[in-house]
Amino acid sequence: MKLDAAVGTAPLVSLEHIYKRFNPRSVNETVLFQDFNFRIYPGQFVSIVGSNGSGKTTLLNLICGSVIEDSGNILIEGRKINGDPEYLRAARIGRVFQDPSKGTCADLSILENMALADRKGKTFGLFPGINRKRIDDYRAMLEQLRLGLEDKIHIPVGSLSGGQRQALAMLIATMTPIDLLVLDEHTAALDPKSSDTVMELTDQVVRSKGLTSIMVTHNLRYAVEYGNRLVMMHEGRAIIDAAGDAKAGYAIPDLLKIFNEISIECGN
Amino acid sequence: MGIALSLTENVLREGFVYALMAIGVFITYKILDFPDLSVDGTFPLGGVIAAALINAGADPWLTLLIAFAGGAAAGAVTGLLHVRLRITNLLSGILVMTALWSVNLIVAGGKAVVQFFNRPTIFSTGFGALVSASFYAQRKLIVAFVLVMALKLIVDLFLTTRHGLLLRACGNNAQFVVNLGKDPGTVKIVGLMIGNGCAALAGCVLAQISENADVNAGKGMVVMALAAVIIGTSLFERFGKFKGTTMAIFGAILYKAALQIALSLGLPPNYLKLLMAAVLTLALVSKEFGANERYVTGKEVTDEA
Repeated sequence: MKLDAAVGTAPLVSLEHIYKRFNPRSVNETVLFQDFNFRIYPGQFVSIVGSNGSGKTTLLNLICGSVIEDSGNILIEGRKINGDPEYLRAARIGRVFQDPSKGTCADLSILENMALADRKGKTFGLFPGINRKRIDDYRAMLEQLRLGLEDKIHIPVGSLSGGQRQALAMLIATMTPIDLLVLDEHTAALDPKSSDTVMELTDQVVRSKGLTSIMVTHNLRYAVEYGNRLVMMHEGRAIIDAAGDAKAGYAIPDLLKIFNEISIECGN
Repeated sequence: MGIALSLTENVLREGFVYALMAIGVFITYKILDFPDLSVDGTFPLGGVIAAALINAGADPWLTLLIAFAGGAAAGAVTGLLHVRLRITNLLSGILVMTALWSVNLIVAGGKAVVQFFNRPTIFSTGFGALVSASFYAQRKLIVAFVLVMALKLIVDLFLTTRHGLLLRACGNNAQFVVNLGKDPGTVKIVGLMIGNGCAALAGCVLAQISENADVNAGKGMVVMALAAVIIGTSLFERFGKFKGTTMAIFGAILYKAALQIALSLGLPPNYLKLLMAAVLTLALVSKEFGANERYVTGKEVTDEA
């Protein structure tokens, strides 16, 4: 099952023997992960699909520290990060959320959002918040989005459309050097056209910066067309895990068929 | 005519003093979205610190700094209760407000009112002495004005720094601060320290105006400061680009003026707190009804989520 693209190299992220249940000791107790193991190797762009409740988003939350495992180890570059709070892990992780309002600050201008993102993982202190020497660089980055945002750097981000905000969130998440890019259904809340724009932008950024990425999506076309490793989750297990050529063998109908089989199995 | 003038002066002087506190509450309530009740305790804390230090012979200007530090320490406790012990924001404020009642009495040496008549104050020493030399009658007004402008400029400047931006981001979207690799809890604590420092500073200045400190002076301060901030922002936001601190100062003066007018028209002072609560209720309600004009962030796209 493990068809790792880069066998021989050390994994960037490892989840080892993860156990996680929700609402323990209550009638709603759900056991999600039981001895779950997962590795992401440098240079991989992992697309994860799966039905609701299959553990896709929990997997991302475990890596980022927004959800804490009951037991097991999480390592980045071989270093245990279990005990680290979310904000400490975030210094080396870029994350884009489903909700476009989560990745940016609505009341702050585009410029202020970018100036903050520029200091990610560094100290803040009482220096001027906006480094004027960097404004031209910010404009150049915005130009690459081709949304005309470079002429609007002083307007509050809250007045942008969802697609524009998500493109900006994508830019902000990858502005500083990061180990891992985490995409949490980041196109799900957008209209089809904006969704395609943001997905293409994502692919462009991931390629040009050579980022290791993990993307959860409900869009099977994105999962098949983008990335170099495909994972399908079901009830806390990876029932498909295909990298490289094996991934290229999967087409959308194959995935849909497996989806349907699972659903029948579950009685849906 | 003379009475009107002295009433105006009175409104402005007190307005400036309460504006010091309103600027602090602007930071906690408007920027951090934290309704901080500890202000009811930190305001009189500033007063009793001034009284205790001035009676001990300290420099009155130094008491401003120490009062700010004392208020900031109390604000840090509110923040720690909320952020680290996960007590709700309202309860954290109530706990600190209640605890400060004892602290204030201890600082005041067990007395409810500490007087320091004819002792040096910020109006008679240092910069105050310079002002008194030429404008003796208006010295309190002028010194209060200079203090509020100084605080406003410092806070405005702070809000343009990296940490200031982080503070604004924190009230807006705590997850964004997490994404930047920073602990939003720490940012909140710093904001509460500044807010309560400002409240204690206001209490310190008010005590020096009246030359006595009253541990009961804090009753209704939260309501007053919130009303000042909400009235200021909801009235002046539509007139273009005013800074938040400026709107807080305008709000404090307008609020004082409204109370003064009510009293001049013959409202018995016993009804004052009732009126204060009614004004804040009105301000809150009008804010709610005005809110739908603003863009609702991200709503249109997250409905299907």
